[in-house]
Amino acid sequence: MTASLNLILAALILGLAVWTVIARDALAAVMGFIAYGLLLTLVWVQLNGIDVALTEAAIGGGLTGALLIGAATRLRRGKAATAAVTASTPSPFPSPLPVRLLAAILSAAVSVALAICVLILPEQGPTLAHQVAANIADTGVGNPITAVLLAFRGMDTLLEAIVLLFALIGVWSLSPDGFWGGRPGLQQQKDPNGILAYTARILPPLGIIVGSYIFWVGADHPGGKFQGATILASMWLLVMMAGLADAPRISHSWLRAGLVAGPLVFIAIGFAGVFTVGHFLGYPQGYAKALIIAIELALMPSLTLVLGLLLAGAPQRGAEP
Amino acid sequence: MNTATLFGLCAALLVGLGLFGLIVNPQPLRKILAFNVMGSGVFLLFGVFAQRGAAAGFGGDPVPQALLITGIVVAFSATALAVALLLRLFDAAGSVSLENQAPAPAPPPPGEV
Repeated sequence: MTASLNLILAALILGLAVWTVIARDALAAVMGFIAYGLLLTLVWVQLNGIDVALTEAAIGGGLTGALLIGAATRLRRGKAATAAVTASTPSPFPSPLPVRLLAAILSAAVSVALAICVLILPEQGPTLAHQVAANIADTGVGNPITAVLLAFRGMDTLLEAIVLLFALIGVWSLSPDGFWGGRPGLQQQKDPNGILAYTARILPPLGIIVGSYIFWVGADHPGGKFQGATILASMWLLVMMAGLADAPRISHSWLRAGLVAGPLVFIAIGFAGVFTVGHFLGYPQGYAKALIIAIELALMPSLTLVLGLLLAGAPQRGAEP
Repeated sequence: MNTATLFGLCAALLVGLGLFGLIVNPQPLRKILAFNVMGSGVFLLFGVFAQRGAAAGFGGDPVPQALLITGIVVAFSATALAVALLLRLFDAAGSVSLENQAPAPAPPPPGEV
């Protein structure tokens, strides 16, 4: 039963991936990609990666999908305005036939090589699970993923938080000169009686509870700060899209302080480890869980801001309201 | 064939599909989409090997699974940067196809200069 369901799932995913690549219309391709991301979540559940499934649903399907829908609609709107300029591109593959053939051969070769790897590698691979199981008690957290993210491989998570900040700086620096320091996105038309404004009033309280719960439960069960922060960020974006609250000016000092607060706390606790146990990001015996929770609490608001602002994009309005 | 192998083969095909779309499609937005398909194929492949490392009562090896979470978040931030670049290009140039910028026999229509 499960085997046939898995086969159907794999077929659906491959079909949607083909659709995403070959669909004529960019918006239709994005829709295919979102459905693809959500089905991928089920695959992660089948592969026993519940934490990964939550991340895929929240970020891989959800936030990336929303980002791409926004881009596709803006390109389409712009294209309608300047329809005469780029009237062509009827075919999704205007590359010449030899290029397409070579690309097909190359892609098929890569797929076959990877498939051979999947088939010939042993069913029982090398694993670090034993080391994690042996040392997880020292961290005080029950979720092995959280233990890896914040204790065993804390450096990765620190750098990841900083990569997100750098990406945001990159996005901001693409703002036109006149709009530097201004508000991201276009001014939203507010319709106080519209269904969007209604949803944006009803949903955020629930979303904030769910997001906070997923964050808090991450210490011992699947969940964590990234998934929780994504839900909080999406609630913020919903309120902004409905026009109930405007996007903040990126020159606000409170905004910038909030963005760097999480990584700074992380780095400070990392350096504290140098003095207490002798190495960066080391936790003194018995204080590991408290420090992990302190880092997560500090990172959560920063991640919410970064994710929301990455989606909002470069400033498109001046610093003056 | 067990679950991990099935999805491993699926992931191999996804990488190939994404690579094909990345090469042949001249529209940057479609390239970003195809790159994400390819990236998720790579993640899935990594997840299959994580599942093969199941031991000590865990359903999969938690170390690669945690790295996957990091990977998905970093992929999102790269996508956001790529989309911002694309929209800036669109605002500046009024067109987003890379098709006409290659040296072609027929000169590209200059549009309204």
